[in-house]
Amino acid sequence: MRPPTPPAPWEAEDAPDGPDPDAPLVLAQDGPHGPVIHAANAAALAGGAARGMRVVDLRAICPELQVVPADLAGDAKALHRLILWSRRWCPWSAGDGADGLVLDTTGSDHLWGGEAAMLADIAARLSGLGQVARVAAAPTHGAAWALTRHGDPQEICGARALRVRMAMLPVSALRLDGATLTTLRRLGLKRVGDLMLVPRATLERRFGRDGRALMTPLRRLDQMLGDAPEPVVSPAPPQRFRIVRRLVEPVMDPQPLLDEPLGMLCDALAGSGQGLRGLRLELYRTDGIAVRFEIGCAQASRDPAHLRRLMAKHFESLDAGFGFDTLSLEGLRPERLAAAQVRLDGGIDSDVALATLVDRLTARLGPGAVELPDPGESHLPERAEGWRPALDGLGGGLDGRRADALAPGGLGGGGLVAPGRERPVRLLRAPERIEVLYAVPEGPPVRFRWRRKPYLIRRHQGPERIAPEWWRAKAGTRLRDYYKVEVEEGARYWLYREGIAGDGRGGEPDWFLHGLFA
Amino acid sequence: MSDPALPPFAEAFSTARDGAGTGFVLAQIEARLAGAGRRGGPILWVQDHRAAQEAGLPCLRGIAETGLGMPILRVGARGAADALWAMEEGLECAALSAVVGEVWGNPKALDFTATKRLALRAARSGVPVWLLRQDAAADLSVAPERWRLVSAASEANPLDGRAPGEARWRAELFRSRRRAPGIWVAGHDRAAHRVDLAAALRDGAVGTGAGHAAADAPRAVGGGGRA
Repeated sequence: MRPPTPPAPWEAEDAPDGPDPDAPLVLAQDGPHGPVIHAANAAALAGGAARGMRVVDLRAICPELQVVPADLAGDAKALHRLILWSRRWCPWSAGDGADGLVLDTTGSDHLWGGEAAMLADIAARLSGLGQVARVAAAPTHGAAWALTRHGDPQEICGARALRVRMAMLPVSALRLDGATLTTLRRLGLKRVGDLMLVPRATLERRFGRDGRALMTPLRRLDQMLGDAPEPVVSPAPPQRFRIVRRLVEPVMDPQPLLDEPLGMLCDALAGSGQGLRGLRLELYRTDGIAVRFEIGCAQASRDPAHLRRLMAKHFESLDAGFGFDTLSLEGLRPERLAAAQVRLDGGIDSDVALATLVDRLTARLGPGAVELPDPGESHLPERAEGWRPALDGLGGGLDGRRADALAPGGLGGGGLVAPGRERPVRLLRAPERIEVLYAVPEGPPVRFRWRRKPYLIRRHQGPERIAPEWWRAKAGTRLRDYYKVEVEEGARYWLYREGIAGDGRGGEPDWFLHGLFA
Repeated sequence: MSDPALPPFAEAFSTARDGAGTGFVLAQIEARLAGAGRRGGPILWVQDHRAAQEAGLPCLRGIAETGLGMPILRVGARGAADALWAMEEGLECAALSAVVGEVWGNPKALDFTATKRLALRAARSGVPVWLLRQDAAADLSVAPERWRLVSAASEANPLDGRAPGEARWRAELFRSRRRAPGIWVAGHDRAAHRVDLAAALRDGAVGTGAGHAAADAPRAVGGGGRA
């Protein structure tokens, strides 16, 4: 089978802004001399595209070409998911190159009503996923590979017809590298049948038997015809941590019954050296309604008491109806977690203590309520002062990045940026508009009124001019002139004027109050 | 060297239009952490919704300028009850270097019992806690030290005569268990890691009453006496 990855049909219909199927589109990856084509759609192929061609060359032939960067890692991940999904037809499946699947269906095809029915089912289901696939069944891996790429659609080749059918195929059906194919073409060997007629000793002398990377024509021919073994190595499915308890009688309060399955789940996690970042509890009521909730952890954990505590909030408002008769616990997003030793004084590691605290706070207040600093590399204060949910993980945000971004010099640019400016200790959520009296329009303010209270400015410092980020902001965004001012009563504020008079980006500049100094 | 005079629990009253309370609390945290020699753990900064709305969020770069380099774990609670619960949870965790709780006004949840719970937990775990009250009236509390803070005119700026210099606050200690209440002009001495308290200029009511004698002499809190 060979599923290429065009956009799914429903995506193309639903997204009016998506790529037009009739317009030539290629996926490009970086080559040694600029981007090269990784895959192309039908229109681009008609326009002259070929895999491995340089994008600039194709653009010369086909000016309306659209280029999208290829996501090879994402493709590999999707293919791995497809491998596991394809175990619905047989238990033994593996990936075959970057764009193929191989299924060892020996002994399982009769469950689907024969090989033809199975192939039709595979093709139908893959097209239901939006994948265009070519499928074939053959006695050996090599023969199936050749038939999917060079045979008829959904072709089935039996063991008796194998030699005859393979002899008709071109030598490129042998999974050889480019240099070997070139040599074969120069020798005038075009079909697999031509190669079969050459004495083995001659082939062995010319190409070697187990030479470079097991890719000699002789070995490939043997594998294709079943004379050499080529077992399919099937990756093990990811371990699933799920425990289901079916109860004899419905219970109104499932809490006392949770300890035992949770302990088993944590034991299973400990046995495989893993911890979980999330836990889903599903409670099935007798009337068929399921209640499910999830908890999250900032750090991988397998401590039953801690997980129990995080779930406690959800039981406060649980509607039991006529009782629950099934409960299921599933560990989500398992991660490697080495066994940690308890310290000699009985205390726990401070990282673990912090992660536990973050989990407890998040479980009650919500994931958006507990935040860690996420400093951004920007001169604009609201961009520089970012926050991110602490549940996303404690690493990085705690030490390294912050120290770097807050180093003297401001933006973490290794001392090459301007020296750090004074910043207020509090920043308002959104700058608040103030009315300002000034002596000259470009000069410092004299009086201002904030939240209906007038202030007289006694001292000021500035301006510090912060230009808009033209690569991000929309056109017409005005610059800001920040002033640190001290009012008559003593409080110190951070004001700014947005724009300057006559900059052609609007009328009179507005004034805002953005922060409070200590 | 830790100053035993600094209690693990203090309350600071300020208006939401003024950064004085925040600045004073940050200065006290810096003085205390430098004295105790425990740095590095994050500060848990709990705000109820109204306090964050009125007075804004803590600004990391500004706080880094006061000498506190550790990260801040910010909790945005909906109401005062959630904020107090989050503070109590934080006081259980000894990995934190300090807990700051900001509550706006005088909510019902923040009563004498709530402050008592905070004080007991702080005493048990050893994590110092500051309760920053925005726009609040001083009601019943067990806090061993209660301050009222207003910004005062700053020091002269050595580089620019027209610019504001080092921050100064008019700090009124109106309730204390260990020393006489009084009014000072407070400032943060970053080099010596302490909060300097100097006698306020006398203008009428200030300087009369029981705290007069105590208020006269310059005092220092934090890293020991003035060298």
